[in-house]
Amino acid sequence: MAPAVAVMTVALLYPIAYMVYASFLDWNPSQRIGEATFVGLRNYTSLWSDESFKESLQVTLKFAAFVVSLEMVIGVGLALLLDRNIRGMSVLRTIFILPMMIAPIVVGLIWRYMYHPTVGVFNKTLNSFGFESVPWLSDSFWSLTSIIIADIWQWTPFIFILSLAALQSLPKSALEAARIDGASGWQQIIHIKLPLMLPVLIVTCLLRLIDAFKVLEVVLVMTNGGPGLSTEILSLRIARTASEFRELGVAAAMSNYLLLVLMMLTIAMFVYTKISESRAEKLKRAVEEY
Amino acid sequence: MSQAALTTERRNPAFYALVVALIVMALGPIVMMISTSLKLNVDVMGETSSLLFMPTVANYETVLCDVLWYTPERVEYCDPTFGRALGNSLIIALASTAITLIIGTMAAYALVRFRFMGRGTVSMTSLMMRMVPPAVLLVPVFGIWTFDFCVGESCAAGTYWGIVLVYVAMNLPFVIWILQSFIVQVPIQLEEAARVDGANPFQVFFLVVLPLIKPGLAAAAIFTFRIAWNEFLLANALLDRNTRTVPVTIVNSLTEYDIDWGVIMATGSLLAIPPIIFTFVASKQIITGMTAGAVKG
Repeated sequence: MAPAVAVMTVALLYPIAYMVYASFLDWNPSQRIGEATFVGLRNYTSLWSDESFKESLQVTLKFAAFVVSLEMVIGVGLALLLDRNIRGMSVLRTIFILPMMIAPIVVGLIWRYMYHPTVGVFNKTLNSFGFESVPWLSDSFWSLTSIIIADIWQWTPFIFILSLAALQSLPKSALEAARIDGASGWQQIIHIKLPLMLPVLIVTCLLRLIDAFKVLEVVLVMTNGGPGLSTEILSLRIARTASEFRELGVAAAMSNYLLLVLMMLTIAMFVYTKISESRAEKLKRAVEEY
Repeated sequence: MSQAALTTERRNPAFYALVVALIVMALGPIVMMISTSLKLNVDVMGETSSLLFMPTVANYETVLCDVLWYTPERVEYCDPTFGRALGNSLIIALASTAITLIIGTMAAYALVRFRFMGRGTVSMTSLMMRMVPPAVLLVPVFGIWTFDFCVGESCAAGTYWGIVLVYVAMNLPFVIWILQSFIVQVPIQLEEAARVDGANPFQVFFLVVLPLIKPGLAAAAIFTFRIAWNEFLLANALLDRNTRTVPVTIVNSLTEYDIDWGVIMATGSLLAIPPIIFTFVASKQIITGMTAGAVKG
């Protein structure tokens, strides 16, 4: 027990406390932290008049919203379609988790190659059917779309696997009752399956949302934030502020903003699980008393 | 579901077409990477169809030139960066995994058997940690590792143990949490029986508990290894020329123009191979680890 607490204090809690302190400083990487000047809340307030920060915040929100909603729809849809007792389901699941297991750097690399203007498979295919090439990574609209597509490829399986697990643990009795009452396939999905899956779906959605804010490497390799700032998501902006612009204080302030957003999401998830647990408890007690 | 319904569903061709399409979509990009890594640059840039080409290991020879037991003919100049990075990656990932597992098992066992904290606290910390993006750790870890954690002249930045410390800390909450859920299932009577038979606490732990939680250990090991093996951002900030890992060298070799796709895809494939092997060997444990957070709290 003691070693675990020691390691986590030294390498997690201390850094996070350090970062909160650093966000009040005007600090560049060549200085020791003691030499940096204290600037109070300036790092925080100046960010709100910084156009490129606002831009990257917007990009991050757009990216997260699109990615999570599309992945939820596709993932849950596929789970509903494939929820059957087929042989080889475990092989299918194994194949689906591959994109999540390989390094994000490699995922970025693969997609950068496929989006390549001349040798990439997408443009080659388009050209061979006589269509124009698409500027996948060099146009600000397309580049955002491209990273969204890549993320969907990588993470939809996560939602698929979770919702499939949820589907297969649904009470058989409810579904049977619905079938006996003559509910059609759609009615079963909308009135029985989805409501019963809802707790898992909400948690999945929040987990995915948290992860969507953490994406960095895939985008770094594919576009490095460009063209312009069109794909510069927040975590990429933090990394660049720290290493290229050498403003550690500002980067720390940005990190704190990001952390705040993620903290709210996490707390929302925690509160939700607690509420649904206590509701289930109450229901159970009510049934027992009855 | 009735048997009749099952058989009609099995015969539905659209269903199978969908499954096949999904498999192609999931595997296609990975297969493409591997096939590109077996092509010469001429074939990559060529206009002709990408399916017909002479596979070659030349790219792998270029990448691995200084760790090969023979001197490849085609390589004129041997760049040792990648061979070294591969060694570094292996050392760092294996060390992180081993240390995390040792510390994590001890902590999880103590948590369950001696009831330090409630399960709620542990799952809360594990969740909180899942939330912290590596980008957020970048500034403080860089600052502390370069200036604070120093023994005499040498600092934690640039060393193996510096980065291993970060990875261990990043993974511990999750590892403790998942192991704990396995240890809870070990019946205490089993341990008591062993103790009655004269086993000391260490024997109980190593000979009774550890063998029973093997699946949990496997899941924890794979997750830790994967994170340490794949991580880029912190490795990029902390490590120097001699201790760089593979992801860092890949990003460094990506330039705006003139990318030698064959070589870089060979590097990428080598980086992807260990996780792919794990996936096929232990997909069940991985899925357990992945779904643990959402399906049961």
